[in-house]
Amino acid sequence: MSIERQEKRQGAALVAPALLWTLAFFALPFAAMVMMSLAHLEGREIVQGHDLGNYLRIFTDPSLRRGIFVSLEITAVVTVISVLLAWPLAWIIATRVPARWRRMALLLAVLPFWTSYVVRSYSWALVLGEKGVVMNALVGLGLLAEPVQIMATRSATIIGFVHFFVMLLTLTIYSNLIQLSPNYARAAEDLGASKWQVIRLVILPLTLPGVMTGAFLTFVLCIGDYITPQILGGNNELTLPQLIMLQLGRRGDFPMASALSVVLMAMVTLAYAACARWLKMDRV
Amino acid sequence: MKYFSWAYLVALFAFILLPVVTLVIFSFQDGRLPVPPFKGVTFEWYAKILSDRAMMEALGNSLVVALLSSLVALTLGFLAASGLARVVLPGSVLMRGLLIAPMTVSYLIIALGLLQMFNQVGIRPSLLATGIGHVVINLPLCFAILYAAIGEHQKSALKAARDLGAREWQVLWFVAAPMLTPALAAAFFLAFTFSWDEFIIAFLLTRFDVTLPVEIWSMLRSGLSPATNAVGSLVFLVSVVVVVALELTLFRKGSK
Repeated sequence: MSIERQEKRQGAALVAPALLWTLAFFALPFAAMVMMSLAHLEGREIVQGHDLGNYLRIFTDPSLRRGIFVSLEITAVVTVISVLLAWPLAWIIATRVPARWRRMALLLAVLPFWTSYVVRSYSWALVLGEKGVVMNALVGLGLLAEPVQIMATRSATIIGFVHFFVMLLTLTIYSNLIQLSPNYARAAEDLGASKWQVIRLVILPLTLPGVMTGAFLTFVLCIGDYITPQILGGNNELTLPQLIMLQLGRRGDFPMASALSVVLMAMVTLAYAACARWLKMDRV
Repeated sequence: MKYFSWAYLVALFAFILLPVVTLVIFSFQDGRLPVPPFKGVTFEWYAKILSDRAMMEALGNSLVVALLSSLVALTLGFLAASGLARVVLPGSVLMRGLLIAPMTVSYLIIALGLLQMFNQVGIRPSLLATGIGHVVINLPLCFAILYAAIGEHQKSALKAARDLGAREWQVLWFVAAPMLTPALAAAFFLAFTFSWDEFIIAFLLTRFDVTLPVEIWSMLRSGLSPATNAVGSLVFLVSVVVVVALELTLFRKGSK
Protein backbone atom coordinates (compact mmCIF):
# COMPACT_ATOMS: atom_id res chain seq x y z
CA MET A 1 0.00 0.00 0.00
CA SER A 2 1.33 3.42 -0.88
CA ILE A 3 2.19 5.77 1.94
CA GLU A 4 -0.38 8.24 0.74
CA ARG A 5 -3.16 5.70 0.85
CA GLN A 6 -2.11 4.57 4.28
CA GLU A 7 -2.16 8.18 5.46
CA LYS A 8 -5.66 8.64 4.13
CA ARG A 9 -6.84 5.45 5.76
CA GLN A 10 -5.45 6.53 9.12
CA GLY A 11 -6.93 10.00 8.77
CA ALA A 12 -10.31 8.52 7.97
CA ALA A 13 -10.05 6.18 10.95
CA LEU A 14 -9.48 9.16 13.24
CA VAL A 15 -12.48 11.09 11.93
CA ALA A 16 -14.78 8.07 11.87
CA PRO A 17 -15.87 7.96 15.56
CA ALA A 18 -16.94 11.62 15.61
CA LEU A 19 -18.70 11.25 12.28
CA LEU A 20 -20.52 8.12 13.38
CA TRP A 21 -21.64 9.81 16.60
CA THR A 22 -22.94 12.84 14.70
CA LEU A 23 -24.70 10.64 12.15
CA ALA A 24 -26.26 8.35 14.75
CA PHE A 25 -27.32 10.95 17.31
CA PHE A 26 -27.84 14.05 15.21
CA ALA A 27 -28.54 13.31 11.54
CA LEU A 28 -30.59 10.16 12.13
CA PRO A 29 -32.82 11.67 14.86
CA PHE A 30 -33.30 14.71 12.69
CA ALA A 31 -34.36 12.56 9.76
CA ALA A 32 -36.70 10.64 12.09
CA MET A 33 -38.18 13.94 13.18
CA VAL A 34 -38.81 15.06 9.60
CA MET A 35 -40.55 11.71 8.95
CA MET A 36 -42.59 12.15 12.11
CA SER A 37 -43.70 15.61 10.98
CA LEU A 38 -45.47 13.91 8.07
CA ALA A 39 -47.48 11.66 10.38
CA HIS A 40 -50.58 12.61 12.32
CA LEU A 41 -52.43 11.80 15.50
CA GLU A 42 -55.62 9.74 15.55
CA GLY A 43 -56.93 9.72 19.08
CA ARG A 44 -53.75 8.94 20.97
CA GLU A 45 -52.22 6.84 18.20
CA ILE A 46 -49.55 8.17 15.88
CA VAL A 47 -50.42 7.22 12.31
CA GLN A 48 -47.45 7.23 9.99
CA GLY A 49 -48.26 8.95 6.74
CA HIS A 50 -46.84 11.16 4.07
CA ASP A 51 -49.09 14.15 4.21
CA LEU A 52 -48.37 17.80 4.74
CA GLY A 53 -51.40 18.24 6.98
CA ASN A 54 -49.36 19.45 9.95
CA TYR A 55 -47.62 22.10 7.88
CA LEU A 56 -50.91 23.19 6.41
CA ARG A 57 -52.33 23.54 9.91
CA ILE A 58 -49.32 25.59 11.09
CA PHE A 59 -50.02 28.19 8.46
CA THR A 60 -53.80 28.19 8.81
CA ASP A 61 -54.39 27.65 12.54
CA PRO A 62 -54.34 31.21 14.00
CA SER A 63 -52.76 30.21 17.31
CA LEU A 64 -49.89 28.32 15.66
CA ARG A 65 -49.31 30.98 13.04
CA ARG A 66 -49.38 33.58 15.80
CA GLY A 67 -46.59 31.68 17.60
CA ILE A 68 -44.30 32.02 14.61
CA PHE A 69 -44.93 35.75 14.37
CA VAL A 70 -44.51 36.29 18.11
CA SER A 71 -41.19 34.44 17.99
CA LEU A 72 -39.97 36.39 14.99
CA GLU A 73 -41.04 39.73 16.48
CA ILE A 74 -39.42 39.07 19.83
CA THR A 75 -36.23 37.81 18.19
CA ALA A 76 -35.98 40.79 15.86
CA VAL A 77 -36.56 43.32 18.64
CA VAL A 78 -34.10 41.54 20.97
CA THR A 79 -31.41 41.34 18.30
CA VAL A 80 -31.67 45.02 17.37
CA ILE A 81 -31.78 46.33 20.97
CA SER A 82 -28.90 44.05 22.00
CA VAL A 83 -26.65 45.19 19.15
CA LEU A 84 -27.47 48.86 19.86
CA LEU A 85 -26.66 48.47 23.56
CA ALA A 86 -23.64 46.18 23.19
CA TRP A 87 -21.72 48.05 20.51
CA PRO A 88 -21.07 51.21 22.58
CA LEU A 89 -20.23 49.08 25.61
CA ALA A 90 -17.68 47.03 23.67
CA TRP A 91 -16.26 50.21 22.16
CA ILE A 92 -15.96 51.95 25.52
CA ILE A 93 -14.23 48.94 27.05
CA ALA A 94 -11.88 48.64 24.08
CA THR A 95 -10.96 52.31 23.80
CA ARG A 96 -11.87 54.26 26.96
CA VAL A 97 -11.06 51.87 29.76
CA PRO A 98 -7.33 51.90 30.68
CA ALA A 99 -5.55 48.81 29.34
CA ARG A 100 -4.90 47.25 32.74
CA TRP A 101 -8.59 47.39 33.69
CA ARG A 102 -9.88 46.14 30.35
CA ARG A 103 -9.85 42.44 31.17
CA MET A 104 -11.46 43.19 34.51
CA ALA A 105 -14.19 45.27 32.86
CA LEU A 106 -14.86 42.54 30.34
CA LEU A 107 -15.01 39.91 33.05
CA LEU A 108 -17.48 42.04 35.00
CA ALA A 109 -19.59 42.62 31.88
CA VAL A 110 -20.06 38.89 31.35
CA LEU A 111 -20.20 37.85 35.00
CA PRO A 112 -23.88 36.79 34.95
CA PHE A 113 -23.03 34.33 32.17
CA TRP A 114 -21.80 32.12 34.96
CA THR A 115 -25.06 31.82 36.80
CA SER A 116 -27.30 29.00 35.72
CA TYR A 117 -29.44 29.96 32.74
CA VAL A 118 -32.64 28.93 34.50
CA VAL A 119 -31.70 30.95 37.57
CA ARG A 120 -30.90 34.01 35.48
CA SER A 121 -34.43 34.14 34.08
CA TYR A 122 -35.82 33.52 37.53
CA SER A 123 -33.81 36.41 38.97
CA TRP A 124 -35.32 38.75 36.38
CA ALA A 125 -38.71 37.59 37.57
CA LEU A 126 -37.67 38.72 41.05
CA VAL A 127 -36.45 42.08 39.80
CA LEU A 128 -39.43 42.85 37.55
CA GLY A 129 -42.28 41.46 39.66
CA GLU A 130 -45.02 43.60 41.11
CA LYS A 131 -43.25 43.57 44.48
CA GLY A 132 -39.80 43.37 42.92
CA VAL A 133 -36.81 45.64 43.26
CA VAL A 134 -37.54 47.86 40.26
CA MET A 135 -41.21 48.54 41.03
CA ASN A 136 -40.34 49.12 44.66
CA ALA A 137 -37.73 51.70 43.71
CA LEU A 138 -39.92 53.45 41.14
CA VAL A 139 -42.91 53.69 43.47
CA GLY A 140 -40.64 54.65 46.38
CA LEU A 141 -39.09 57.48 44.37
CA GLY A 142 -42.55 58.70 43.44
CA LEU A 143 -41.97 58.08 39.71
CA LEU A 144 -44.90 55.70 39.58
CA ALA A 145 -48.14 55.91 41.50
CA GLU A 146 -48.49 52.14 41.56
CA PRO A 147 -46.62 49.13 40.17
CA VAL A 148 -46.95 48.46 36.45
CA GLN A 149 -47.42 44.93 35.24
CA ILE A 150 -44.24 43.85 33.44
CA MET A 151 -43.94 40.23 34.52
CA ALA A 152 -45.81 37.75 32.34
CA THR A 153 -45.75 40.12 29.38
CA ARG A 154 -43.66 40.32 26.26
CA SER A 155 -41.61 43.17 27.79
CA ALA A 156 -40.31 40.88 30.52
CA THR A 157 -39.26 38.27 27.95
CA ILE A 158 -37.48 40.94 25.92
CA ILE A 159 -35.67 42.37 28.96
CA GLY A 160 -34.52 38.90 30.02
CA PHE A 161 -33.27 38.09 26.52
CA VAL A 162 -31.57 41.46 26.00
CA HIS A 163 -29.72 41.00 29.28
CA PHE A 164 -28.25 37.72 28.07
CA PHE A 165 -27.44 38.82 24.53
CA VAL A 166 -25.87 42.15 25.46
CA MET A 167 -23.21 40.09 27.23
CA LEU A 168 -22.77 37.78 24.24
CA LEU A 169 -22.62 40.57 21.68
CA THR A 170 -20.25 42.63 23.80
CA LEU A 171 -17.85 39.69 23.60
CA THR A 172 -18.05 39.16 19.85
CA ILE A 173 -17.89 42.89 19.04
CA TYR A 174 -15.09 43.50 21.52
CA SER A 175 -12.97 40.69 20.06
CA ASN A 176 -13.45 42.32 16.67
CA LEU A 177 -12.61 45.83 17.93
CA ILE A 178 -9.32 44.95 19.58
CA GLN A 179 -8.07 43.33 16.39
CA LEU A 180 -8.44 46.61 14.49
CA SER A 181 -5.20 48.46 14.09
CA PRO A 182 -5.34 51.98 15.59
CA ASN A 183 -3.74 53.13 12.35
CA TYR A 184 -7.12 53.13 10.60
CA ALA A 185 -8.50 55.68 13.02
CA ARG A 186 -5.30 57.71 12.93
CA ALA A 187 -5.24 57.78 9.14
CA ALA A 188 -8.87 58.89 9.01
CA GLU A 189 -8.18 61.64 11.55
CA ASP A 190 -5.15 62.82 9.58
CA LEU A 191 -7.36 63.04 6.56
CA GLY A 192 -9.64 65.37 8.47
CA ALA A 193 -12.40 63.13 9.81
CA SER A 194 -14.03 64.15 13.08
CA LYS A 195 -14.11 61.64 15.97
CA TRP A 196 -17.72 60.83 15.21
CA GLN A 197 -16.99 60.34 11.52
CA VAL A 198 -14.12 57.99 12.34
CA ILE A 199 -16.47 55.80 14.37
CA ARG A 200 -19.34 55.90 11.91
CA LEU A 201 -17.45 55.61 8.64
CA VAL A 202 -14.35 53.62 9.55
CA ILE A 203 -14.64 51.59 12.75
CA LEU A 204 -18.32 50.65 12.57
CA PRO A 205 -18.09 49.03 9.09
CA LEU A 206 -14.93 47.18 10.10
CA THR A 207 -16.76 45.57 13.03
CA LEU A 208 -19.57 44.24 10.86
CA PRO A 209 -18.25 40.64 10.89
CA GLY A 210 -18.31 40.64 14.70
CA VAL A 211 -21.74 42.27 14.77
CA MET A 212 -23.16 39.78 12.28
CA THR A 213 -21.68 36.74 14.04
CA GLY A 214 -23.16 37.97 17.30
CA ALA A 215 -26.49 38.84 15.70
CA PHE A 216 -26.72 35.41 14.12
CA LEU A 217 -25.97 33.70 17.44
CA THR A 218 -28.57 35.94 19.07
CA PHE A 219 -31.12 34.98 16.45
CA VAL A 220 -30.50 31.23 16.75
CA LEU A 221 -30.41 31.12 20.54
CA CYS A 222 -33.30 33.54 20.99
CA ILE A 223 -35.77 32.00 18.57
CA GLY A 224 -35.11 28.49 19.86
CA ASP A 225 -35.25 29.23 23.57
CA TYR A 226 -37.99 27.88 25.79
CA ILE A 227 -36.83 28.90 29.26
CA THR A 228 -36.91 32.70 29.18
CA PRO A 229 -40.35 33.10 27.54
CA GLN A 230 -41.75 30.39 29.80
CA ILE A 231 -40.48 31.96 33.04
CA LEU A 232 -40.85 35.65 32.17
CA GLY A 233 -43.44 35.85 29.40
CA GLY A 234 -46.27 33.95 30.98
CA ASN A 235 -48.88 32.13 28.97
CA ASN A 236 -50.71 34.93 27.20
CA GLU A 237 -48.51 34.92 24.15
CA LEU A 238 -46.78 31.69 23.29
CA THR A 239 -43.54 31.54 21.34
CA LEU A 240 -42.69 28.73 18.94
CA PRO A 241 -40.63 26.69 21.46
CA GLN A 242 -43.44 27.06 24.00
CA LEU A 243 -45.91 25.75 21.43
CA ILE A 244 -43.62 22.81 20.68
CA MET A 245 -43.40 21.92 24.37
CA LEU A 246 -47.17 22.34 24.69
CA GLN A 247 -47.78 19.86 21.85
CA LEU A 248 -45.51 17.38 23.60
CA GLY A 249 -46.58 17.84 27.17
CA ARG A 250 -50.30 18.30 27.04
CA ARG A 251 -51.22 16.34 23.96
CA GLY A 252 -48.36 13.97 23.24
CA ASP A 253 -48.63 15.22 19.67
CA PHE A 254 -45.18 14.27 18.40
CA PRO A 255 -46.07 14.82 14.72
CA MET A 256 -47.13 18.43 15.30
CA ALA A 257 -44.19 19.15 17.62
CA SER A 258 -41.90 17.78 14.90
CA ALA A 259 -43.48 19.88 12.16
CA LEU A 260 -43.10 23.02 14.29
CA SER A 261 -39.46 22.10 14.90
CA VAL A 262 -38.84 21.71 11.18
CA VAL A 263 -40.31 25.18 10.66
CA LEU A 264 -38.05 26.54 13.41
CA MET A 265 -35.08 24.86 11.78
CA ALA A 266 -36.01 26.36 8.40
CA MET A 267 -36.09 29.86 9.87
CA VAL A 268 -32.62 29.41 11.36
CA THR A 269 -31.31 28.14 8.02
CA LEU A 270 -32.73 31.20 6.28
CA ALA A 271 -31.07 33.46 8.84
CA TYR A 272 -27.80 31.63 8.26
CA ALA A 273 -28.06 32.12 4.51
CA ALA A 274 -28.75 35.81 5.07
CA CYS A 275 -25.64 36.28 7.24
CA ALA A 276 -23.38 33.70 5.55
CA ARG A 277 -21.24 36.42 4.04
CA TRP A 278 -20.01 37.48 7.45
CA LEU A 279 -20.00 34.16 9.23
CA LYS A 280 -16.83 32.15 9.22
CA MET A 281 -18.37 28.97 10.56
CA ASP A 282 -18.10 27.07 7.27
CA ARG A 283 -14.44 27.95 7.09
CA VAL A 284 -13.55 26.53 10.50
CA MET B 1 -18.05 62.38 25.22
CA LYS B 2 -15.86 61.29 28.06
CA TYR B 3 -18.49 61.70 30.76
CA PHE B 4 -21.07 60.18 28.50
CA SER B 5 -18.83 57.10 28.08
CA TRP B 6 -18.46 56.60 31.80
CA ALA B 7 -22.17 57.17 32.45
CA TYR B 8 -22.99 54.63 29.77
CA LEU B 9 -20.54 52.12 31.20
CA VAL B 10 -22.00 52.45 34.69
CA ALA B 11 -25.60 52.27 33.43
CA LEU B 12 -25.01 49.12 31.41
CA PHE B 13 -23.05 47.44 34.19
CA ALA B 14 -25.93 48.23 36.52
CA PHE B 15 -28.35 46.60 34.07
CA ILE B 16 -26.11 43.56 33.63
CA LEU B 17 -25.39 43.04 37.31
CA LEU B 18 -28.81 43.99 38.75
CA PRO B 19 -30.43 40.52 38.64
CA VAL B 20 -27.35 38.76 40.01
CA VAL B 21 -26.94 41.20 42.86
CA THR B 22 -30.65 40.94 43.68
CA LEU B 23 -30.43 37.16 43.57
CA VAL B 24 -27.52 37.00 46.00
CA ILE B 25 -28.84 39.63 48.44
CA PHE B 26 -32.26 38.05 48.79
CA SER B 27 -30.78 34.59 49.27
CA PHE B 28 -30.06 35.87 52.80
CA GLN B 29 -33.62 37.15 53.28
CA ASP B 30 -34.92 36.47 56.77
CA GLY B 31 -38.47 35.94 55.61
CA ARG B 32 -40.48 33.81 53.21
CA LEU B 33 -40.33 36.00 50.11
CA PRO B 34 -37.23 37.09 48.19
CA VAL B 35 -38.56 40.61 47.52
CA PRO B 36 -38.14 43.98 49.29
CA PRO B 37 -38.17 45.03 52.06
CA PHE B 38 -34.99 43.26 53.15
CA LYS B 39 -35.71 41.86 56.57
CA GLY B 40 -32.25 40.89 57.75
CA VAL B 41 -29.65 38.22 57.26
CA THR B 42 -30.13 34.50 57.73
CA PHE B 43 -28.30 31.41 56.48
CA GLU B 44 -31.39 29.27 56.93
CA TRP B 45 -32.02 28.93 53.17
CA TYR B 46 -28.50 27.75 52.46
CA ALA B 47 -28.80 25.18 55.22
CA LYS B 48 -32.11 24.06 53.75
CA ILE B 49 -30.65 23.62 50.28
CA LEU B 50 -27.49 21.86 51.41
CA SER B 51 -29.52 19.37 53.42
CA ASP B 52 -31.99 18.78 50.58
CA ARG B 53 -31.27 15.28 49.32
CA ALA B 54 -32.97 15.65 45.94
CA MET B 55 -30.97 18.80 45.28
CA MET B 56 -27.65 17.21 46.24
CA GLU B 57 -28.37 14.13 44.12
CA ALA B 58 -29.18 16.38 41.17
CA LEU B 59 -25.91 18.20 41.74
CA GLY B 60 -24.01 14.91 41.73
CA ASN B 61 -25.82 13.79 38.56
CA SER B 62 -24.96 17.07 36.87
CA LEU B 63 -21.29 16.68 37.75
CA VAL B 64 -21.12 13.11 36.45
CA VAL B 65 -22.97 13.87 33.21
CA ALA B 66 -20.93 17.03 32.56
CA LEU B 67 -17.62 15.31 33.30
CA LEU B 68 -18.22 12.18 31.22
CA SER B 69 -19.96 13.85 28.30
CA SER B 70 -17.23 16.52 28.04
CA LEU B 71 -14.52 13.86 28.07
CA VAL B 72 -16.23 11.89 25.31
CA ALA B 73 -16.85 15.05 23.24
CA LEU B 74 -13.24 16.13 23.78
CA THR B 75 -11.82 12.75 22.73
CA LEU B 76 -13.98 12.45 19.63
CA GLY B 77 -13.33 16.07 18.71
CA PHE B 78 -9.58 15.70 19.20
CA LEU B 79 -9.37 12.57 17.03
CA ALA B 80 -11.49 14.10 14.29
CA ALA B 81 -9.53 17.37 14.32
CA SER B 82 -6.17 15.61 14.07
CA GLY B 83 -7.50 13.31 11.35
CA LEU B 84 -8.83 16.15 9.24
CA ALA B 85 -5.75 18.29 9.83
CA ARG B 86 -3.54 15.42 8.70
CA VAL B 87 -4.84 14.51 5.27
CA VAL B 88 -7.22 15.92 2.74
CA LEU B 89 -9.88 13.26 2.36
CA PRO B 90 -12.48 13.13 -0.33
CA GLY B 91 -15.43 14.96 1.19
CA SER B 92 -13.36 16.75 3.85
CA VAL B 93 -15.45 19.89 3.52
CA LEU B 94 -18.65 17.91 3.85
CA MET B 95 -17.34 16.09 6.94
CA ARG B 96 -16.37 19.37 8.60
CA GLY B 97 -19.80 20.74 7.77
CA LEU B 98 -21.53 17.74 9.30
CA LEU B 99 -19.38 17.87 12.44
CA ILE B 100 -20.12 21.58 12.93
CA ALA B 101 -23.82 21.36 11.99
CA PRO B 102 -25.28 20.63 15.46
CA MET B 103 -23.88 23.97 16.63
CA THR B 104 -26.41 25.89 14.56
CA VAL B 105 -29.41 23.85 15.64
CA SER B 106 -31.59 24.76 18.60
CA TYR B 107 -31.10 22.45 21.58
CA LEU B 108 -34.85 21.91 21.64
CA ILE B 109 -34.73 20.35 18.17
CA ILE B 110 -31.80 18.10 19.09
CA ALA B 111 -33.64 17.03 22.24
CA LEU B 112 -36.86 16.32 20.38
CA GLY B 113 -35.11 14.27 17.68
CA LEU B 114 -33.25 12.18 20.25
CA LEU B 115 -36.38 11.68 22.33
CA GLN B 116 -38.24 10.26 19.34
CA MET B 117 -35.36 8.05 18.24
CA PHE B 118 -34.78 6.74 21.76
CA ASN B 119 -38.52 6.04 22.05
CA GLN B 120 -38.43 3.95 18.92
CA VAL B 121 -35.38 1.88 19.82
CA GLY B 122 -36.51 1.54 23.42
CA ILE B 123 -33.89 3.58 25.28
CA ARG B 124 -35.54 4.98 28.40
CA PRO B 125 -35.12 8.62 29.41
CA SER B 126 -32.08 8.58 31.70
CA LEU B 127 -28.82 10.28 32.52
CA LEU B 128 -27.17 8.18 29.81
CA ALA B 129 -29.61 9.52 27.20
CA THR B 130 -28.93 13.06 28.42
CA GLY B 131 -25.17 12.48 28.28
CA ILE B 132 -25.45 11.28 24.67
CA GLY B 133 -27.32 14.49 23.85
CA HIS B 134 -24.69 16.61 25.59
CA VAL B 135 -21.93 14.98 23.52
CA VAL B 136 -23.91 15.91 20.40
CA ILE B 137 -23.99 19.60 21.36
CA ASN B 138 -20.38 19.76 22.62
CA LEU B 139 -18.62 17.71 19.95
CA PRO B 140 -18.82 20.53 17.34
CA LEU B 141 -17.45 22.97 19.87
CA CYS B 142 -14.49 20.76 20.83
CA PHE B 143 -13.80 19.90 17.21
CA ALA B 144 -13.89 23.55 16.07
CA ILE B 145 -11.61 24.77 18.87
CA LEU B 146 -9.06 21.99 18.33
CA TYR B 147 -9.16 22.13 14.56
CA ALA B 148 -8.48 25.87 14.69
CA ALA B 149 -5.61 25.28 17.15
CA ILE B 150 -3.71 22.88 14.88
CA GLY B 151 -1.55 25.26 12.87
CA GLU B 152 1.24 24.63 10.36
CA HIS B 153 3.76 24.45 13.18
CA GLN B 154 1.84 21.60 14.83
CA LYS B 155 1.32 19.81 11.56
CA SER B 156 5.06 19.70 10.82
CA ALA B 157 5.86 18.46 14.30
CA LEU B 158 3.31 15.64 13.96
CA LYS B 159 4.67 14.77 10.55
CA ALA B 160 8.21 14.70 11.91
CA ALA B 161 7.15 12.35 14.70
CA ARG B 162 5.52 10.03 12.17
CA ASP B 163 8.59 10.12 9.91
CA LEU B 164 10.71 9.15 12.89
CA GLY B 165 8.61 6.04 13.23
CA ALA B 166 6.14 6.89 16.00
CA ARG B 167 2.87 4.99 15.88
CA GLU B 168 -0.30 7.00 15.41
CA TRP B 169 -1.40 6.70 19.04
CA GLN B 170 2.06 7.78 20.16
CA VAL B 171 1.95 10.81 17.89
CA LEU B 172 -1.43 11.80 19.33
CA TRP B 173 -0.61 11.11 22.95
CA PHE B 174 3.00 12.27 23.21
CA VAL B 175 3.14 15.03 20.60
CA ALA B 176 -0.28 16.39 19.61
CA ALA B 177 -1.96 16.37 23.03
CA PRO B 178 0.87 18.16 24.90
CA MET B 179 1.16 20.77 22.15
CA LEU B 180 -2.58 21.41 22.22
CA THR B 181 -2.98 21.47 26.00
CA PRO B 182 -4.35 25.03 26.22
CA ALA B 183 -6.91 24.36 23.48
CA LEU B 184 -7.81 20.98 24.98
CA ALA B 185 -8.34 22.58 28.38
CA ALA B 186 -10.38 25.45 26.95
CA ALA B 187 -12.57 23.04 24.97
CA PHE B 188 -13.04 20.78 27.98
CA PHE B 189 -14.06 23.57 30.35
CA LEU B 190 -16.42 25.14 27.83
CA ALA B 191 -18.03 21.77 27.14
CA PHE B 192 -18.26 21.13 30.87
CA THR B 193 -20.04 24.42 31.59
CA PHE B 194 -22.42 23.96 28.65
CA SER B 195 -23.40 20.50 29.82
CA TRP B 196 -23.57 21.58 33.47
CA ASP B 197 -26.03 24.36 32.62
CA GLU B 198 -28.02 22.66 29.87
CA PHE B 199 -31.74 22.44 30.55
CA ILE B 200 -33.97 21.41 27.68
CA ILE B 201 -32.17 18.19 26.66
CA ALA B 202 -31.89 17.13 30.29
CA PHE B 203 -35.55 18.03 30.85
CA LEU B 204 -36.83 15.91 27.97
CA LEU B 205 -34.37 13.02 28.28
CA THR B 206 -34.36 12.34 32.02
CA ARG B 207 -37.14 11.03 34.18
CA PHE B 208 -36.21 9.95 37.71
CA ASP B 209 -32.56 10.92 37.96
CA VAL B 210 -32.50 14.59 37.04
CA THR B 211 -29.72 17.14 36.67
CA LEU B 212 -29.42 20.36 38.64
CA PRO B 213 -31.08 22.74 36.12
CA VAL B 214 -34.09 20.40 35.92
CA GLU B 215 -34.30 20.19 39.71
CA ILE B 216 -34.14 23.98 39.96
CA TRP B 217 -36.86 24.19 37.31
CA SER B 218 -39.20 21.99 39.33
CA MET B 219 -38.39 24.09 42.38
CA LEU B 220 -39.57 27.21 40.52
CA ARG B 221 -43.03 25.72 40.18
CA SER B 222 -43.60 26.16 43.90
CA GLY B 223 -43.26 29.93 43.46
CA LEU B 224 -40.75 32.52 44.64
CA SER B 225 -38.60 31.49 47.56
CA PRO B 226 -35.27 32.59 49.03
CA ALA B 227 -34.28 28.92 48.82
CA THR B 228 -34.20 29.21 45.01
CA ASN B 229 -32.03 32.28 45.41
CA ALA B 230 -29.70 30.29 47.62
CA VAL B 231 -29.29 27.51 45.01
CA GLY B 232 -28.71 30.10 42.31
CA SER B 233 -26.14 31.93 44.41
CA LEU B 234 -24.28 28.69 45.13
CA VAL B 235 -24.13 27.74 41.45
CA PHE B 236 -22.92 31.26 40.70
CA LEU B 237 -20.27 31.10 43.42
CA VAL B 238 -18.89 27.78 42.14
CA SER B 239 -18.75 29.08 38.54
CA VAL B 240 -17.01 32.30 39.56
CA VAL B 241 -14.40 30.33 41.51
CA VAL B 242 -13.75 28.12 38.46
CA VAL B 243 -13.53 31.13 36.12
CA VAL B 244 -11.18 33.04 38.41
CA ALA B 245 -9.00 29.96 38.83
CA LEU B 246 -8.84 29.53 35.05
CA GLU B 247 -8.11 33.21 34.59
CA LEU B 248 -5.24 33.03 37.07
CA THR B 249 -3.68 29.83 35.76
CA LEU B 250 -4.50 28.80 32.25
CA PHE B 251 -5.28 31.98 30.36
CA ARG B 252 -2.75 34.23 32.02
CA LYS B 253 0.01 33.22 29.63
CA GLY B 254 -2.24 33.56 26.59
CA SER B 255 -3.36 37.07 27.41
CA LYS B 256 0.10 38.57 27.78
